[in-house]
Amino acid sequence: MENKRTCLYDKHVALGALMSPFAGYDMPIQYSNITDEHMAVRTACGVFDVSHMGEVSVKGADAERYVQHIFTNDVRGAADGQVFYGMMCYENGGTVDDLLVYRMGENDFFLVINAANIDKDWAWMLDQAKGFDIDLKNLSEHYGQLAVQGPEAEKVVEEVLGLECKELTFYTVKTIGDVIVSRTGYTGEFGYELYCAPGDAVALWRALREAGGEFGLVPCGLGARDTLRLEASMPLYGHEMDEDTTPLVAGLQLGVRMEKSEFIGREAILAAGEPTQVRVGLKATGRGIMREHMDVYAGDQLVGHTTSGTFAPHLKCAIAMARVDLAAAAVGTPLEVDVRGRRVAAEVVPMPFYKHA
Amino acid sequence: MSTIPAELSYTTSHEWVSVEDDVYTIGLTDFAQDALGDLVFVNLPQEGDEVVAGEAFADVESVKAVSDVFSPVTGVVVEVNEDLLDAPESINEDPYDAWFVRVGDVSEVGELLDADAYEAHCEQEA
Repeated sequence: MENKRTCLYDKHVALGALMSPFAGYDMPIQYSNITDEHMAVRTACGVFDVSHMGEVSVKGADAERYVQHIFTNDVRGAADGQVFYGMMCYENGGTVDDLLVYRMGENDFFLVINAANIDKDWAWMLDQAKGFDIDLKNLSEHYGQLAVQGPEAEKVVEEVLGLECKELTFYTVKTIGDVIVSRTGYTGEFGYELYCAPGDAVALWRALREAGGEFGLVPCGLGARDTLRLEASMPLYGHEMDEDTTPLVAGLQLGVRMEKSEFIGREAILAAGEPTQVRVGLKATGRGIMREHMDVYAGDQLVGHTTSGTFAPHLKCAIAMARVDLAAAAVGTPLEVDVRGRRVAAEVVPMPFYKHA
Repeated sequence: MSTIPAELSYTTSHEWVSVEDDVYTIGLTDFAQDALGDLVFVNLPQEGDEVVAGEAFADVESVKAVSDVFSPVTGVVVEVNEDLLDAPESINEDPYDAWFVRVGDVSEVGELLDADAYEAHCEQEA
C-alpha cells in the first residue's frame, strides 16, 4: 500500500530529509542528524511536522459525559482551554491508546490520538458512542500539526502568531485565528503544538522557520522526537503500553483518576489490584546501549524487559525504560540487560531522566 | 564524496584493510561512517579472539541503530584499539586512523577490492 504524505512532504524532501515509513506515512526521520536536532531542542528550539497524528472532535449535549466514559482522566469541572493527558482502555483494562483531551468549550472536546492507532481508535470510539447525544468527527485528515519545542519556542511562536505566550500556561490551549495553539509537547522541553488546516501548514512552517532562524530553530525529525521523549521518560504507545497493558502497569497513574465513579476499564483495573510489574528508568553503568525488547536480569533471575532504549544525546549515556518486577524496581537496584547476548550492567534511576530548567 | 585512500584494500561491506608483515589492520571506511552517522558506542573483540572472514567481529552503534562490522579475514586478533571504546566519535572524525583490530595468523582472506573498485561499489550504493 502506498504510504500517505503529510502536507509538508515536499518541504522535507527539498530539505534532504531521510524519509521513512511510520504509521502509514512517509515521515522525516532526520534532516541533519539526530544528535544535532536533539540538542537544538534542548538548547534553542526545533520544529517538527507531526501532521500524522490523529484528531477527533466530540461535541453535543453529551460530549462531556462521553469523554468521561472513554477517558481515564477526569475532565469534569474543567475550564475552557484546559488540556488533559490520559488513556482510553478496554473493558479488560488494556490500553486502546494514550491521548490528549482538549476542552475547547462547554461540551466541545478535541482529542489528539496516535497516528498508528487512528483507525482502531476511531472504530472503538464509534462503538462506545451508542446512547450518547454527540457529534463525533474523525478530523485526522483535516489538520496538520507542527510542534515547536525548546527554550526559545516562546519567542518564535509569539512572533509568528502574535500571541502573548505568558497567558498560555502548561497544558492549556487557545485558538488564534485558525490555529489551535497548545502548550504541550513530547520532548520534555518548553513548547507548543500547533494545529492548522493542511492547506495552511506550509505557510506556517515557513513562517516559523523564518522567525526562528535568529533563535536557532532547526527542523527536527521523528528520530530526535523519539530520543527527546525517551530522555524525558514519556511513554510511547506500542512500547511502554499496549492492548495487553493497563495504564497502572505502564506507570501512568498520573493520567488515571480511579476516584472517578466510572470509565471503561475501571473495574478491571481495580480488580487487578496493585501491579506486580512497574515501569522503571534504567541507566547503563556498564558499556553498551540498551534497546527495546531486551531481557532484564537481577543476578540470574529474569525480572522484566526493556520497552524503549537509546543513547541519550543530551545526558550522554545509555538509558532505557523497562517493565520489571516490583522487587527489582527500587531506585538504585543494580540490574543487568542482555544486549545481544552480552550482559550490560544497569541501575534503576529516577524518572524523568531529564527535566528542563 | 567520501575519501578512499589508494593504498588500502576494501570490502563490499565497507571495511578497509591494510597489510604489514602478514598482520591485517581493519577499520570502517569514510563511506560507512558517513552512512552510519554519529557513532556513540563500539563493541570490540578481545586479543586472542578468533575472527572469521565474512562474519561480524565488532559492532558500532549510532543513537538509533546498531551495525555489525565484518572481518575480511580469518585469523586471530593480536591487537585491539581500545581507544575507540572511550572515543567512538574518532571513527567519524578520522576513519582511516581509527583502526579497530589487527589480525594475525591469517588463514583465509575474503574478496578485497582496490580503491577504484571500491569507489565504483560506493557509487552503486549511494
